[in-house]
Amino acid sequence: MTCLPGHTEKRLGLVIDLDTCVGCQACVTACKGWNDQGYGAPLSDQDAYGAEPSGTFLNRVHSYEVQPFEGAAQVVNFPRSCLHCEDAPCVTVCPTGASYKRHEDGIVLVNESACIGCGLCAWACPYGAREMDADAGVMKKCTLCVDRIYNENLPTEDREPACVRTCPTGARHFGDLGDPTSEVSLLVAARGGYDLMPDLKTRPTNKYLPPRKKDARTDASLLAPLLDLQAVGLAGWLDRVLGKI
Amino acid sequence: MTIRQPYVETSPPVSDEVRKTTCYMCACRCGIDVHLKSGKVSYIEGNRDHPVNKGVLCAKGAAGIKQITAPSRLHAPLRRVGPRGSGAFEEISWDEALALAVSWMKPLRETAPEKLAFFTGRDQSQSLTGFWAQGFGTPNYAAHGGFCSVNMAAAGIYTIGGAFWEFGQPDWELTKLFVMFGVAEDHDSNPIKIGLGRLKERGARVIGVNPIRTGYNAIADDWIGITPGTDGLLILALVHCLLEAGKVDLEYLSQWTNSAYLLDETEGATKGLFVRNAESQPFVIDRRTGMPASWDAKGVQPDLGAVWQGHRTVFQHLAARYLAAEYAPEAVASRVGVSALRIRQLAAELARVAFDEAIVVDREWTDFRGNVHASMVGRPVSFHAMRGISAHSNGFQTARALHLLQILLGAVETPGGYRLKPPYPKPMEAHPTPHFEVTPGKALSGPHLGYVRSPEQLALKADGSPARIDKAFSWENPFSAHGMMHMVIPNAHAGDPYRIDTMFLYMANMAWNSSMNTSAVMEMLTDKGEDGEYVIPRIIYSDAYASEMVAYADLILPDTTYLERHDCISMLDRPISEPGAAGDAIRWPVTEPDRDVRGFQSVLIDLGAKLGLPGFVDASGAALYRDYADYITQHQRKPGVGPLMGFRGNGEDVGRGAPNPGQIDAYIANGGFFQAHVPDEAAYFKPWNAAYQDWGVAMGFYETPQPYLFSVYAEPMRRFQLAAEGHGHVQPPEAMRGRVRAAMDPLPVWYAPFGDAAAEGFPLHALTQRPMHMYHSWGSQNAWLRQITGRNFLYVPTKVWVDQGFSDGDWARVTSPSGIITVPVAHMAALNENTVWTWNAIGKRKGAWGLDADAPEAVEGFLMNHLISELLPEQGDGMRWSNSDPVTGQAAWFDLRVRIERVDARTEALPQFGVLGNPGGAVQKSVKIFGKDFEKSLGAGGEGAA
Amino acid sequence: MHPAPSVILFTVLSGLGFGFLAFLTLGLVQPQGLAAFLSFGLGYALAVGGLVASTFHLGQPTRAWRAFSQWRSSWLSREAWVSVAALLACAPVALRAMGGVVPGGWGLIAAVLCLGTVLCTSMIYAQLATVPRWNHWITPVLFLLFALAGGAILAGLRVPAGVLSLALAGMLMTAFRLGDGRFAARGSTLATATGLGSIGTPRVFEQPHTGGNYLMREMIHVVGRKHSQKLRAIAVVSVALPAVILWALPGGIVSNGLAVAAHLAGALAARWLFFAEAEHVVGLYYGQR
Repeated sequence: MTCLPGHTEKRLGLVIDLDTCVGCQACVTACKGWNDQGYGAPLSDQDAYGAEPSGTFLNRVHSYEVQPFEGAAQVVNFPRSCLHCEDAPCVTVCPTGASYKRHEDGIVLVNESACIGCGLCAWACPYGAREMDADAGVMKKCTLCVDRIYNENLPTEDREPACVRTCPTGARHFGDLGDPTSEVSLLVAARGGYDLMPDLKTRPTNKYLPPRKKDARTDASLLAPLLDLQAVGLAGWLDRVLGKI
Repeated sequence: MTIRQPYVETSPPVSDEVRKTTCYMCACRCGIDVHLKSGKVSYIEGNRDHPVNKGVLCAKGAAGIKQITAPSRLHAPLRRVGPRGSGAFEEISWDEALALAVSWMKPLRETAPEKLAFFTGRDQSQSLTGFWAQGFGTPNYAAHGGFCSVNMAAAGIYTIGGAFWEFGQPDWELTKLFVMFGVAEDHDSNPIKIGLGRLKERGARVIGVNPIRTGYNAIADDWIGITPGTDGLLILALVHCLLEAGKVDLEYLSQWTNSAYLLDETEGATKGLFVRNAESQPFVIDRRTGMPASWDAKGVQPDLGAVWQGHRTVFQHLAARYLAAEYAPEAVASRVGVSALRIRQLAAELARVAFDEAIVVDREWTDFRGNVHASMVGRPVSFHAMRGISAHSNGFQTARALHLLQILLGAVETPGGYRLKPPYPKPMEAHPTPHFEVTPGKALSGPHLGYVRSPEQLALKADGSPARIDKAFSWENPFSAHGMMHMVIPNAHAGDPYRIDTMFLYMANMAWNSSMNTSAVMEMLTDKGEDGEYVIPRIIYSDAYASEMVAYADLILPDTTYLERHDCISMLDRPISEPGAAGDAIRWPVTEPDRDVRGFQSVLIDLGAKLGLPGFVDASGAALYRDYADYITQHQRKPGVGPLMGFRGNGEDVGRGAPNPGQIDAYIANGGFFQAHVPDEAAYFKPWNAAYQDWGVAMGFYETPQPYLFSVYAEPMRRFQLAAEGHGHVQPPEAMRGRVRAAMDPLPVWYAPFGDAAAEGFPLHALTQRPMHMYHSWGSQNAWLRQITGRNFLYVPTKVWVDQGFSDGDWARVTSPSGIITVPVAHMAALNENTVWTWNAIGKRKGAWGLDADAPEAVEGFLMNHLISELLPEQGDGMRWSNSDPVTGQAAWFDLRVRIERVDARTEALPQFGVLGNPGGAVQKSVKIFGKDFEKSLGAGGEGAA
Repeated sequence: MHPAPSVILFTVLSGLGFGFLAFLTLGLVQPQGLAAFLSFGLGYALAVGGLVASTFHLGQPTRAWRAFSQWRSSWLSREAWVSVAALLACAPVALRAMGGVVPGGWGLIAAVLCLGTVLCTSMIYAQLATVPRWNHWITPVLFLLFALAGGAILAGLRVPAGVLSLALAGMLMTAFRLGDGRFAARGSTLATATGLGSIGTPRVFEQPHTGGNYLMREMIHVVGRKHSQKLRAIAVVSVALPAVILWALPGGIVSNGLAVAAHLAGALAARWLFFAEAEHVVGLYYGQR
């Protein structure tokens, strides 16, 4: 199973809208909270109240500044987590089979009981999706909340990843990207969703929707003065304005 | 082919139980589902049914689980044993603590109640704390609005009878153009995010006006990187353009605002007041007859252009002012840092969307005059504004200017515009006036805070000196509707206007990030008089955590965390309503404290009973309430109206009804909140909508319908100007006449922020923003949040970065007219070129908040507060006015001007202060693996064929 | 990449050990009796010691046996198999050598397995597209040359050892030169990593966390340019030095020992640089390499 399944029945993944993400970090702590008590080992924190706090997070939000070719600089908030690649290099490098891609939905998972913590999968991943937990000694990564999305103990509407459920602006979408008619696929098609580092040929399932064009000036006509205020004075202006009631 | 892959349990049990309560990590007050496993909190997520957050939750909310295990939690009542500021305490019992507090307060109440100053910070129980202070009889009570955003609140109430803040919101579903002025993370955070998400989904346009392009402004379709403090000028230039082109909603102005009132032109004591009829009522000239008519007469068509006996309408005065060349875009462009063309483009866009893309909701409604309207016409332009315009010394007038712009566009309480949330809209006249007259042993005659209509209502003593320790409602700041918490310590220390004995604070970190000029405040708190006693003799403080302020108190009353307490989010205070529904909520102990702490509100009720305060004891002197929960259900502010509106009487009454002992249980069963929906026909035009007014009376908001007109012209302000001009019994001191005259302009006006006066040599504006994941709470004690932001940088715009030769890792000395800090810098291009900024309240004092002394928050983190004085530089006459808005007293945080220069790299930010001990007791450190407490319900199982 | 001592030791020692074992099993040197025992013992000690050192790098060393399962796809798993096969295959050769029997065809198989192990080790790194400096044919070539040169030196084959050492030095210089351009040549930038290049030029505004994390510790290691130039010179000179020692000095335990020491020093320096200078593309997200 450390070989890739080749074809998966579904391609579950996330679509992240960079035009809508305000960088609030809600997905970061919702993820941390769920996965601290969910699938596999807890996400530990070292030196939690000390000089160098450092813990395991499966989702981190970067903030970039982009200087367009003309116009003002922009800030783009950029959540980064596992992209559940079709050709996931993290899976094939795994010597134990702990790292695998599920044939039924394409989720890339770590079977922690088989993980030796060699770290090679993290090296193989271009996206920084995997973090070795310093306490458990096993590799942690986004599970796409595999323990939520099918969970019959949750109401149907809650069967989505914790990050998607919590996102206040609705910048995160979850669905089957293998189904061209799914909402997420339509969104990707409509908004030009793209892959990260396509040159590395990992074929990510997750897609990013680009920020819409910003600072586009409306060249629509400016407001024309009703009349020459200098000439007619306030009284003239008033007559003209109120004549319109 | 058999595919072998590990077996994964995809349906593990999620938790043993879900308890629904209300978050307290900020003022949003979202509904949360608290999951428990084996009696311990295991996971927190948003409550899908909740009106505020609809299931989503911010980073703070989801990290709340770390608040209840933080090592900074206080464990037991503490009595100071070392010098103030040393942090040396001994644990005492609650009996001792309460007896000590009573022994301090009781004599004060009997002799001089004003010597108790009771100020609450991030208090969400102001209807109780205010009621308690009123019963005590001290005039010295307020919460933290004065240093937060009172400019927004007061300007809104005086103009539209509601405000930005969380008291209204854009019509997220219908608006087509949304413009934010000075909005970073602020009130109210998740609803704004949800709303922005909706706009993005619908493809509506968002414009951000802000010197800094982060967060909400980062996703705005268009960014206007305005110069700080000039928003008012930009807005009035937009007003100029709209008037010039005749693009204003005349029908709206005529029907729903005081634009058609006549202004008295007679020289003398009534000049500029409304012309009134024999019944002392302002009136309008009816276009149909050309004759005076009552403003609320059926069918009246108020004439905006009327001239009657030489008196002209407000509208004409307004037009004359803003059509003047000084407000032309070309005249203001360089000052605001936005090109004239850009301003004209924005005006055109506003007009186009408001008028050419108007929307019509096909819904009949009847106005208060009895006129029936077949439909609701909407102007789908909406605005929001918060601290960015509010925290300047011209913030009140700027906020008024923005409301004026909304009104001219006809975009308040109309479909697609800005909608108020019950119990707003509510006319200024329906609010109380300030009460402050002290009688030893007696309660105040009414609430402390309110809205003054005229100089006679200022909180002044007979000799004209301020009656309140914070000088709220004095000539320095007549409309200080939220008090001025930031002035309490400086004034108490200076004995100006008088000395106090006991300062009683709740959840207010005055010895750190909640004060201007932090180091001076620490000195004031520890300063002793010639008698060797502290100048501020006694300080009682309640907090749940070991904040910096704890070290400066004499008696600590440890509070519970938010998951361990009862609370009510009440219609009497700041509810959680939506434009379409009144809403309130509760907190209840979803987990029990593991320490000797008590909810502050229960302690306050206990103290009230021990002090025999009216409202807290019955005729026999026995306590009326067991605790806060008992108060929440039993207390009646007026007959049938209590803290919670839902499930009253037999459990079915809404708004009005007898107390119901089962009320809290009913709230718990309902998910922790209650909503009463506004009828459809009452959903818009609420101030004038008869159906809404009737609904408000039924709900208990007011006793009779309260329709009113929006105050384009704020007549109360003119009364203060008249006093400054020498009219009336109560007049400002000579030295203040000019200032009052200028500040209290009844039509919105712009003047340069006071900070500009001393700005020579300080070319840069300095701002702070709160990170979304820490807004309104202190994330440093939170093991997850502090990993996200554990230190801050001063962000420097490109021009300054290059000029100063900065590179990554550099440090700078930042100098203001009143202080110096040395801090790490970082480059930011998407920033106004004359502005520097940093994240607020990241810097911590060493040892505070249960952090190690070498925590990055305390080593490299810094506060801008050290650069800000609570007083402005000396005037010509030797007076020093507070660094506040002259109308409301709002702390002018954002007036700050600085210069910066590169210094050699260093390892510690300056200034630094001594290391505080952790009074929180046992410090738990290093590896904290919370999830290990739970039996793992699923894991990576063995292999199996799937 | 973080230059973890355990991994540096593992690759250097096991490479040297398997290289030496290859020379022994090929019969290019033919120690006998005790000498054979000691020689094979040294080879085994280095190879096994290196493999043991590698387990210190694991989060769960007790599960190391699981690494055998994925030989079809994983070079690390293949390395496990091939290394064990090599160690097993060497055993009869060693036993026969102690008995004075010259390795035959079986020795060839053992030698191939020994060098195969080194190849597998190198492929663990060379396969990683995420580390452009490693992701190149020169990585296995370099690893094999290290094994062969080190093996030859240990084998005391003065002429081949000298030639291989010079070849190694040359290849090392080539690797440094090629490696320096690899990241840029691959074309991954913050713009491709974020897809924001279509708007303009991206730069890091704020890191996701001000606190550190595993990724930054593991994948981002900044070596000063001066420091790196110095170490490169040391590495190249050290791996070339055995040629001088073995050719210029009279033969014997002293010169052989010196040659081994020089080779080992060079190998350690080169391997430290191999990791420390390797830039992982994930560093792009952090604006660091």
